Amino acid sequence: MRLSLTVNGEARVLELDPRTTLLDMLREHLRLTGSKKGCDHGQCGACTVLVEGRRLYSCLSLAVMHEGEAVTTIEGIGGKDALHPMQRAFLRHDGFQCGYCTPGQICSAIAVLEEMAAGRPSHATEDLEAAPPLTDAELRERMSGNLCRCAAYPNIIAAIREVAGA
Amino acid sequence: MRPFTYERAESPEQAARAAAETPGARFIAGGTNLIDLMKHGIETPPHLIDVTRIGLDRIEETAEGGLRIGAMVRNADLAADMRVRRDYPVLARALLAGASGQLRNKATTGGNLLQRTRCLYFYDGITPCNKRRPGSGCAAIGGVNRMHVIVGASDHCIATHPSDMAVALSALDARVETVNGGGATRTIALADFYRLPGDRPEQETVLAPGELITAVTLPAPVEGAQLYRKVRDRASYAFALVSIAAIIRREGRAIAEARLAFGGIAPKPWRVEAAEAALTGSDGGRAAADAAADAILADAEGRGENDFKLPLLRRVLATVLGEAMAR
Repeated sequence: MRLSLTVNGEARVLELDPRTTLLDMLREHLRLTGSKKGCDHGQCGACTVLVEGRRLYSCLSLAVMHEGEAVTTIEGIGGKDALHPMQRAFLRHDGFQCGYCTPGQICSAIAVLEEMAAGRPSHATEDLEAAPPLTDAELRERMSGNLCRCAAYPNIIAAIREVAGA
Repeated sequence: MRPFTYERAESPEQAARAAAETPGARFIAGGTNLIDLMKHGIETPPHLIDVTRIGLDRIEETAEGGLRIGAMVRNADLAADMRVRRDYPVLARALLAGASGQLRNKATTGGNLLQRTRCLYFYDGITPCNKRRPGSGCAAIGGVNRMHVIVGASDHCIATHPSDMAVALSALDARVETVNGGGATRTIALADFYRLPGDRPEQETVLAPGELITAVTLPAPVEGAQLYRKVRDRASYAFALVSIAAIIRREGRAIAEARLAFGGIAPKPWRVEAAEAALTGSDGGRAAADAAADAILADAEGRGENDFKLPLLRRVLATVLGEAMAR
């Protein structure tokens, strides 16, 4: 099937088997290997990317369902020469060990702060009708869909807090 | 993944018509469960009908003062809707207790209702499972059953329904609207939507093949404290061992009306009228909670590893009632 979409600001046209997941499209067809295949079943978060600004698991997404949409991967968020503030914060706070989950963690963390700025509640939010506070409990809950088997969690939270200015 | 053909529908009626014309076709929306099951070879649809661009993505107020939630409304958006947070907090809480931020961004209202059990034997693709291969038996009976049901089981299946959202919708007396391939619509009370496993555990709902969920409607908001309490193996991003959606309306120090729905214990969201009746007029204290728990657990059966769910349910119910009465 023919698919047109935008990846990291660049228009792309591909010919894909409908079985191709968004993750496999990124990694195998576009050679954007920043997004990682951890579990491939929506349980680890290593494949997290932004689609139309929202974070999702690219492994549980069929590429053909994203016709016309805009996808942002870690490569589009920043690189060696122009790091995103979240990437700089992860470096500064040592928010990783092996680094395999990191692209997904960073994509997710950027979206988390946007969701909080938009006033979206979480399981940790005590008052559903108020703006959620920037607490560790909120950040840990909101980042629970990204596992880190090196358990860099405290440093990941510190990095996110720094970017949030909290 | 088995090969399949794919089409993108443009309207609910067109999607339902396409499903009627293609045996074995499945609708796909968020896909967070279906794609996973297809990777495992448990679902093998020859044709997928993408329903993400058929509209149905709005939350609208009904003439009766309730809400009509389009089937394509994402779980994250439903939980963030201020009307839901203010008037139906039990639903917002249940949604936020389920899955992860990434999944809730994709999962839809209709799809959430139709997600399949996470029973390990259903998922492993090898062992006997009457849901996966009707007539093959049930490996969970006598097997690893920590996550399995304590009520509503049959000799053919002891799998739980995994949804948190559906538990809250059950307490809220929600209704499900559908359209079929002929364009006919109908409304099904959530209480009538799911089937018990009986001897056909592969038939999980009353939907006919090709029937498409178009919306879920909520009645006008009810008074009372609304709580959702979920107990699970980790603090986040895990399925319920026991969950309770409670709506408790007080008059003075007595309960005037109680609605309780349970997750993690049954093949469908579980409500027990006798338990709700046992609470009416009570003070919601320990004795009342025990009487309600007795009614829920009257026919309950542990299977060894899940025996703990019986006392757990009793304690969680007492805690929830205590919180409701303190509000």
